[in-house]
Amino acid sequence: MELWFTERHTPNVKFSIKVDHQLYSGNSEFQRIDIFDSKEFGRFLTLDGYMMLTEKDEFIYHEMITHVPMAVHPNPKNILVIGAGDGGVVRELTRYASVESIDLVEIDELVVEVCKKYLPTTACRFDDPRVHVYYEDGVKFIRRCTDQYDVIIVDSTDPFGPGEGLFTKEFYGSCFKALRDDGIMVNQHESPFYDEDAAAMQRSHKRIVESFPISKVYQAHIPTYPSGHWLFGFASKKYHPTNDYNGTKWSMLGIKTRYYNPRLHTGAFALPCYVEELLRDVE
Amino acid sequence: MAELSQTNAPIYEALRKFRRMRIVPFDVPGHKRGRGNMELTEFLGEDCMNVDVNSMKPLDNLCHPVSVIKDAEALAAEAFGAANAFFMVGGTTSAVQSMLMYACKEGDKIIMPRNVHRSAINALILTGAVPVYVNPDVNTRLGIALGMSVAQVEQAIRENPDAKAIMVNNPTYYGICSDLKKITELAHAHGMLVLVDEAHGTHFYFGENFPLTAMAAGADCASVSMHKSGGSLTQSSFLLLGKNVNADYMRQVINLTQTTSASYLLLSSLDISRKRLALGGREIFAQTVEMAEYARSEINGIGGYYAYSKELINGDSIYDFDVSKLSIYTLPIGLAGIEVYDLLRDEYDIQIEFGDIGNVLAYISVGDRKRDIERLISALAEIKRRFGKDGADMLTQEYISPVVSETPRKAFYAAKRSLPLDEAAGEICSEFVMCYPPGIPILAPGELITHEIIEYIKYAKEKGCQMTGTEDINIERLNVLDL
Repeated sequence: MELWFTERHTPNVKFSIKVDHQLYSGNSEFQRIDIFDSKEFGRFLTLDGYMMLTEKDEFIYHEMITHVPMAVHPNPKNILVIGAGDGGVVRELTRYASVESIDLVEIDELVVEVCKKYLPTTACRFDDPRVHVYYEDGVKFIRRCTDQYDVIIVDSTDPFGPGEGLFTKEFYGSCFKALRDDGIMVNQHESPFYDEDAAAMQRSHKRIVESFPISKVYQAHIPTYPSGHWLFGFASKKYHPTNDYNGTKWSMLGIKTRYYNPRLHTGAFALPCYVEELLRDVE
Repeated sequence: MAELSQTNAPIYEALRKFRRMRIVPFDVPGHKRGRGNMELTEFLGEDCMNVDVNSMKPLDNLCHPVSVIKDAEALAAEAFGAANAFFMVGGTTSAVQSMLMYACKEGDKIIMPRNVHRSAINALILTGAVPVYVNPDVNTRLGIALGMSVAQVEQAIRENPDAKAIMVNNPTYYGICSDLKKITELAHAHGMLVLVDEAHGTHFYFGENFPLTAMAAGADCASVSMHKSGGSLTQSSFLLLGKNVNADYMRQVINLTQTTSASYLLLSSLDISRKRLALGGREIFAQTVEMAEYARSEINGIGGYYAYSKELINGDSIYDFDVSKLSIYTLPIGLAGIEVYDLLRDEYDIQIEFGDIGNVLAYISVGDRKRDIERLISALAEIKRRFGKDGADMLTQEYISPVVSETPRKAFYAAKRSLPLDEAAGEICSEFVMCYPPGIPILAPGELITHEIIEYIKYAKEKGCQMTGTEDINIERLNVLDL
């Protein structure tokens, strides 16, 4: 018997992982949640059939979405994470002793419960006393926040389904308002490669550019996401992601990583020509 | 009829049966189930083209219904608590015109509020009926016209005992209701018919705790936009009749202007939507109201905006309020309603129903999702943060009482000349000027053009209202009577 998980990356491209067995399948109010075990990628989580994370490559995504803003901000204390019910971003954040509070806003409580049970490698720091979890629509939560966060990390799903509100201009504007004067927002920024993803990426970038004075994009290589070439948005009120970056200072923190390092930090902001062009088109 | 119930949808069922019969079409429409126009068929879908058919024996005929349309109309009448119901395919406009043409012939008087939809004044042009306007009460803070006060209706009846009918606009676009029961009793006591433009009140018939419906109030005719809150296709509508209206004569009146090739897409959408509301309307509108109430409380929490509701009720010109409407007063944030309307679309990709000088209206229905409501609220909060200013010098007055100098029909057909807007003061207008939506005329044919009205038109244009009605598409000139 062969059991395969397959996701359509485009109407003409499929990506498949051979499944060892399925550990969980359930429906929440918002989406279908599945957990599988596989030989190649270990355990993995899918939402509505879309790959969210695998044990094998999640470190790339979580390190890059977390350490980039945390290393640029000179003194990040109050952090807001939107989405990220798998706990991966929280795991990385709790490694910073300077952080005083981490608010996590996840719309779907069941995602957190399932991840706590089946994905202990990511959902392992929810019991840190600095972590506060709110089960609410991120768009609604942030509307009430003003001038109170140093870093906001938007770890959204794709711009359709329950996460679509997290790609809107009203949401980015609310993030701007919720950040302090030197705050930074980092977001999952889709992929530049396939046409439909690229269009979503451009729409998202345009809205961020219109909302923040500094808006840059950086990249990482994530094997299980469509095309493997993934982008993150870096939006900031004051700090430039490379000019205001002090790699030595970050190294002194002694945080051990597997993907992120100071040289890669600078390099990640160097983008391929076609990506630069896509971004320029909407700036 | 005994075997039919609200679980049936006779036109829909007949169409399904008809489709299975695979009749060979040597009749119109010429697209022949879509095969003759593949681009259109690909766009609209084969299922849609397959039921775009003409009247024929198994499908009945809207002009003279004897089978499935007759049954469907009987079921609709039952669902709405009416003596008779007509399926209308020319929009609620055609329903409004038919009920006016039923009630009045040339020279007959009809009492109506001036803030009616243009379709009612158009009907006056068609019939030659003479309007007796009751100026609606105005909420000067919000700048909106309210319902009809009973005292004013009483006065109009006293001064015009020969009037044939009273028309009531209930609820208004903003959700405001008049004392329909009292007005109906007054009118009937004086031998006048009561015609209700209930375009925005379909849900009153099916939800709980909504304001009184025209049929329950004992009114004689009601025009109901099923395609608004009822979920049917755009342009489909119901005309409802009370027990003292001659339905056979009404059919003849409707047929004066109605198409002889009524669309079965529209007819089936009315049939299916009536069934859906009759069976599940209570739940559907409970959800709608819950979303509207949530949005209202969140929007009022932003500050500046005022999403109004039942607290406006004053026992007379705001006798009741439709809580499914999300009407928001915007002037305190320093932006005209129309500006907020434009910003929502241009900056936030959110299209709402309309914006006027002081208000916006977001249309809430069962088709809305909670997360879209969150987006709307957040976008309003962001508009206030990014674009809000001091609201001190905003023009508030929305409703200007008109001076009627000629009947709409005489003015419309009279000799006329064109004048620049600024030179038109003191003349009698021969055309409509209105913002659309909401489509309530600022000027109607036969009304005196005043400086105040010219200033208002210029202000509305400057703020970006979509103005319509005039022959001059740019509204820089007005047609006036050449006396």
